Amino acid sequence: MTRDTLLHIIRFIVLVLIQVLILNHINFLGSLNPYIYIIFILLAPININKGLFLIISFLLGLIIDIFGDSGGIHAAACTIIAFFRPIALRSVFGLSYEFQTVKLSNVRFGERFAYVILMVLTHHLVLFSLEFFNFSHTLLIIKKTLFSSAFTIMITMLVLVLFRKNES
Amino acid sequence: MQQIINFLIKNKHFLLFLLLMFLSIVLTIQSHSYHRGKFVSSANFFSGGLYSWQHSITDYFGLKEENKRLLEENELLHNQLVALGRDSIAKKHLDTISFNTPYTFTKARIIKNDYSKIDNYILINKGKKDSILPDMGVITDKGIIGIVENTSTNYSRVISILNTNSRINAGLKKSNQYGSLVWNGKDPNIVQLETIPRQAIIREGDTIITHGRSTIFPKGIGIGTIASYTLNQNKSYYLIDVKLFNDMTNIGFVYAIKNQDADEIKSLEKLNYD
Repeated sequence: MTRDTLLHIIRFIVLVLIQVLILNHINFLGSLNPYIYIIFILLAPININKGLFLIISFLLGLIIDIFGDSGGIHAAACTIIAFFRPIALRSVFGLSYEFQTVKLSNVRFGERFAYVILMVLTHHLVLFSLEFFNFSHTLLIIKKTLFSSAFTIMITMLVLVLFRKNES
Repeated sequence: MQQIINFLIKNKHFLLFLLLMFLSIVLTIQSHSYHRGKFVSSANFFSGGLYSWQHSITDYFGLKEENKRLLEENELLHNQLVALGRDSIAKKHLDTISFNTPYTFTKARIIKNDYSKIDNYILINKGKKDSILPDMGVITDKGIIGIVENTSTNYSRVISILNTNSRINAGLKKSNQYGSLVWNGKDPNIVQLETIPRQAIIREGDTIITHGRSTIFPKGIGIGTIASYTLNQNKSYYLIDVKLFNDMTNIGFVYAIKNQDADEIKSLEKLNYD
């Protein structure tokens, strides 16, 4: 248990550092950045204390906000996906979630992909809606959400495949 | 009472969620209004230190370009010096503080620069310790960059001209009409100049400069050239697209401008309002 906790703490720190030092400055095609720090939220243990999880996710977003000077947009997006994660899990994995036997490292590719897409799209939609904060930019928000999500999903899937724990 | 407590316990996660959402929305709204986003800022010991450490590593990659830029600036200054006459300057000003101007410049290095978002901020490595204060202008040798918004001991956060909350007085070089410089969030090399009256005679390629109507920038700092212009809907004002002199995606060293008379001017203005 303690080893797992340590692993999650290290993952938290490493993801934040990679996000703020490298990925926030990619600006692919002018303005697209992948936001892969949410891998922490994706991979958090299924049976984690809900309240604790919400607070940690909020703090994760707030740290990214402080580094990016973006107010509270990442904090809001992270809190929302942390709160709705059980619903995403239930709708994607169905029964195996109810019995708490899901491990993201050993589910089928399709299910994992669906789960990542659902979470990333929600996160990015909230993120960009709050960034623009203006209904007259709806089209731009949707455009940015889709392109950025594609970028994030691609890199997230790569990271998940490359750093998979070996189940012996 | 029992029921209320039961309700609270039953929905504690939802209530926590609402509280956290409320907090983050408040922070977001603060960041969308000028001069309010004080709490969430990268100008603190922790993130400033990390960016500064990162910059000390990546700094070397831009040295060649930085040198070229400094040489160009030196060339320009030398030419101006010759034009003014070297002797007259030596006679007039025995040291750097006796210049006949209220402005002093402090050099600083940019350690974080954003340009891809809709509200962009820049972090520089000088703060209160180097007497950088809010509302000081920030420029390069080519043109303006932004205005200092808040400071910590060692770092300052600059509100970039590429920020939809930023508004700067600017005008034409060849006449006295002026308007306000804003950004529509699209192209990091193009900003918009609004409310130039229709009477002004403008052409593509005209130079836009700061107008010295506030205490922030001295008159005559370059901004950019007119790329295109249209009249607004009721045909009374020009909407001008300005191509910036600075490449906002690639800036290294900047100068922060301190106006010694700022307090005096502000107190006078305040007197007028009362």
